[in-house]
Amino acid sequence: MERAYKVYAINNGTVIDHIPTPLALKVVEILGLGNEGIFTIGVGFQSKRLPGGKDILKIENRILLESETDTIALIAPDATINIIKDGRVSEKRIISIPQSIFGVMQCPNPNCATNKLGAHRHFELEDKNTMTYRCQYCERVTEIIPENLTAPE
Amino acid sequence: MSSFKARDIISLRDMTTQDLWTVVTTAGEVKAGMHRGCLLDKTIASLFFEPSTRTRLSFESAVVKSGGSVFGFADPGSSSQKKGESFADSIRTVTGYCDAMVIRHPVEGAARLASEVASVPVINAGDGANQHPTQTFLDLFTIYEEFGRLENLKIGIMGDLKYGRTVHSLTHAMSLFDAEMVFISPPSLKMPSNILSDLREKGVSFRTADTPEDASDMNLDVLYVTRIQKERFGDPLEYKNVAHGYRITRDTISALGEQVRIMHPLPRVDEIAEEVDSTPNAIYFTQAHNGVPTRQALLGLVTGGIN
Repeated sequence: MERAYKVYAINNGTVIDHIPTPLALKVVEILGLGNEGIFTIGVGFQSKRLPGGKDILKIENRILLESETDTIALIAPDATINIIKDGRVSEKRIISIPQSIFGVMQCPNPNCATNKLGAHRHFELEDKNTMTYRCQYCERVTEIIPENLTAPE
Repeated sequence: MSSFKARDIISLRDMTTQDLWTVVTTAGEVKAGMHRGCLLDKTIASLFFEPSTRTRLSFESAVVKSGGSVFGFADPGSSSQKKGESFADSIRTVTGYCDAMVIRHPVEGAARLASEVASVPVINAGDGANQHPTQTFLDLFTIYEEFGRLENLKIGIMGDLKYGRTVHSLTHAMSLFDAEMVFISPPSLKMPSNILSDLREKGVSFRTADTPEDASDMNLDVLYVTRIQKERFGDPLEYKNVAHGYRITRDTISALGEQVRIMHPLPRVDEIAEEVDSTPNAIYFTQAHNGVPTRQALLGLVTGGIN
């Protein structure tokens, strides 16, 4: 019997699975997908890996760059990413937290040049184990706070 | 060619131990009378977006003493930012008027941003609570001048260790030279735990203490005193009680030993008694004066006047 999909299959594009519920919309935001093509979101599926549930995001006709998929690791380090071509999985992409973050993370320091003087947001990985990053302007070290992740500048 | 030519001086984090040595030894050469006229025909912009006395005057003195000329402003009221011009545009404009620029700004990261849009070297003269690298250079030069070395010294750092950018930078710099350190502060103003963790990771020897007398067994070479800011305390009485315990007198020097040298980035309020000024232990005014040869050296290095 054919499996009934709750989020329909795509022929070409990118499928992001195992996003912790309810962060799919945050992934949409940091990828800047708002006005670009078709994407479908499923929220709150049961998951063995994620006890709080998982979200799925399917982006049609767009193959995400590795720099974009690594950004997803900031809020969904266990996400699985499949690149779909002609209805088949053409690549299972391994993601890892990025060395550099440009644009999508707001510095939590209100007196930082990125918040006060229009400097472009830029963080470099400080410690992989604690997932902390250092702002390249005010030099403060920060953890990843989903609320501070926004659409790309 | 010097590795400093055309270089921006923004943060101590960008500097290697060798870089620190270059600045310290060049400052010593300048003070000894070498590199005269190293800024001849050079024009330096002095852009102070917040008030400063020592830093601005010593930079301007450094330029004039080295034969250069200096222009700029001493407070943001004099800049076009009042008219709504962006900070980046102000810097893009001034970069065409000078051979190097010195910037102080209350926003953290302002000097880094300036260095990205300027085509001449930018020297950070303080960006908010973040960095003030030339203060650390002159501190190191003063220590080197006094002891003839930077390695293996015993340093006490006292005062507001939680918020003080000067003490954070000095701690970082001295950790590169295998210093043994003691951090003396009120409980509410202790050195941040991430800095202590960094020191532990680097294997730096340090301890913490509540009063300078608690470090009397260490035979400290230097006690670096900083101001405890009144505004950090909600209750004026609490401030008074804390500040009283952090006042250096001749008795403190007797407890620490006659070898100790007292440093302070100034301005002091009442954390060092005036009776200490006339002792051979007090080197804080020499330290302030060393801002001039240190900044002459740095400006000479980044503009290519000193190779």
